Amino acid sequence: MNRIEELFSRKKNNILSVFYTAGFPTLSDTIPIATELEKSGADVIEIGIPFSDPIADGPVIQESNNVALANGMNVSLLLKQVKGMRQTVKLPIVLMGYLNPIIQFGVEKFCAEASAAGVDGVILPDMPMIEYERTYQQLFLRYHLLNTFLVSPTTSEERIRKIDAATKGFIYAVSSSSTTGAKGDFTLEQEAYFKRLQQLNLANPFLIGFGVSNKTTFATACRYANGAIVGSAFISHLRQQQGRNIKSFIDSIKLV
Amino acid sequence: MKYQVDENGYYGSFGGAFIPEMLYPNVEELREHYLSIVREESFQTEFQNLLHDFVGRPTPLYLGKRLSERYGAKIYLKREDLCHTGAHKINNTIGQILVAQRLGKKKIIAETGAGQHGVATATVCALMGMECIVYMGEHDMARQRPNVERMRILGTKVVPALSGSKTLKDATNEAMRHWINHPTDTHYIIGSVVGPHPYPDMVARFQSVISEEIKQQLITEIGNPSPDYVIACVGGGSNAAGAFYHFLNDEHVKLVGVEAAGKGVDSGQSAATTALGKAGVLHGSKTLLMQTTDGQVVEPYSISAGLDYPGIGPLHAHLFETGRVTFLSATDDEAMEAGIELSRTEGIIPAIETAHALAVLSKIEFDKDDVVVINLSGRGDKDLDTYIKWGKY
Ligand SMILES: Cc1ncc(COP(=O)(O)O)c(C=O)c1O
Repeated sequence: MNRIEELFSRKKNNILSVFYTAGFPTLSDTIPIATELEKSGADVIEIGIPFSDPIADGPVIQESNNVALANGMNVSLLLKQVKGMRQTVKLPIVLMGYLNPIIQFGVEKFCAEASAAGVDGVILPDMPMIEYERTYQQLFLRYHLLNTFLVSPTTSEERIRKIDAATKGFIYAVSSSSTTGAKGDFTLEQEAYFKRLQQLNLANPFLIGFGVSNKTTFATACRYANGAIVGSAFISHLRQQQGRNIKSFIDSIKLV
Repeated sequence: MKYQVDENGYYGSFGGAFIPEMLYPNVEELREHYLSIVREESFQTEFQNLLHDFVGRPTPLYLGKRLSERYGAKIYLKREDLCHTGAHKINNTIGQILVAQRLGKKKIIAETGAGQHGVATATVCALMGMECIVYMGEHDMARQRPNVERMRILGTKVVPALSGSKTLKDATNEAMRHWINHPTDTHYIIGSVVGPHPYPDMVARFQSVISEEIKQQLITEIGNPSPDYVIACVGGGSNAAGAFYHFLNDEHVKLVGVEAAGKGVDSGQSAATTALGKAGVLHGSKTLLMQTTDGQVVEPYSISAGLDYPGIGPLHAHLFETGRVTFLSATDDEAMEAGIELSRTEGIIPAIETAHALAVLSKIEFDKDDVVVINLSGRGDKDLDTYIKWGKY
């Protein structure tokens, strides 16, 4: 069993997945941040592969991408770092990024090396389901990489069902029609959408992401979903604290 | 129809719709409806009337006598510079705003490089009374100042794109982000044959009026619809797509696309995508892209803001790969000199984008009776500052 499947079979609620950008704030921070996240009680580690043109991201993650690229981060180095963190880290590791750096690295080579390094899954926001099924699915399956698709408030039920059927692992429910970034509390409209997802009784667990930034938003998300993903808020914390005090950040989100 | 888009949105191995799920409903809605909309009689009537009465089409096909003498061929200029607002860009914005209305959209967004597409979008939004936001790289806002003010006069909000090289690529990123954040009431009028399917095909269709007219006009001029050459500059590739469109399957017609070599193809400061690019995914399609070995998109450079883009439309990537179109390039200096030359030989000051197409006349060996059509995509009014700064006239 893949570590993602293992996690979701064991834990159904309040799952905390934390996203950060590889090579940010400095090139050598990727491994210590993962180690600290595990110690602090995160459930999933999501590492962003930086890209020059992250169109689904708001200013905070755009900036972390720029810094990481200026620091010299790339796919090959990131996979070495993942291998390094696997000396201690047991949590599921998911890589999130845009397709182009992976295409240049070589999709098959990426799958083989990521899998060997201990990566469990990928989230590629600009790889739509149709392209996945046409081109990439076989490869990902062969190397036991679980692919997570996004759904958003404007995704039709019919399409959500299709995505559910094409998914192994978990579904990423984007909390609003927006790019990444914190936006304060969830609106009633957003909660209605979470509820709608909950009532679909999907075959896969789902995590809510985009705009989860504190205990309140995390708790709201966890009322409807199996857990939530924190990204921009953690990146802002890393920037302010130069990559330190991770435990205090996790404590400020996690439900006790 | 081997150069047309297939049912999956591909031109050979290029194209597709590589978009985040948040854009899926919008793009899918457009994909589902664009062909039936543009085939409606009421659409065609309104589109044709506006092209005729508002844009001023058909644009002349003008035989440049002195230019012809100089280069030893019959050189015709397709006068897209005489379109209302000064470039071919308005052919597409008229088409797209009519589509947007029929999809029930209330607001329009666009990206712009040189500002020509921004002005063309602002113009049709004023015409139709629709709210409009245009994203423009901060750097381009400075070098194309008159167009910024034209958009503002027309009632459009111009938002500076502050990321990356602050040019067209970044303006496109910002427009896509805006679209993600406004998923139901907004239509994104993309300005070239780029972006996710169906944009490249839709924009090419709207621009195809250029080659449709060229064929008609050549019948009158020379008794034959097919020239020996059609030459056009390529930024994203919309004016070239329009000028090539009806000649793609007529393999006797040599098609030439001209990219911006900036300070030289190998100088590290250029936008010559076919020479330097590799297949990749940006702005929703798989196409040729200038990028590092790590797959990071390179910040391109050209003296002309409208050619300063690291990719080309997927149709052009396919035309390059199949060899149907020959791609050449012109440096900043070559383009500027060609711009001055056209001004002095024919009394037409071209846009600097267009000047790149003119600059290859000296690089091709023509036969004396070759019929050459150059797509004069735009006029140079917006570029006076750049001409003045360049200074050699
Ligand atoms: C006059 C003119 N020609 C050409 C272009 C390049 O665009 P495309 O390659 O889509 O025709 C522009 C873009 O702004 C332009 O203003």
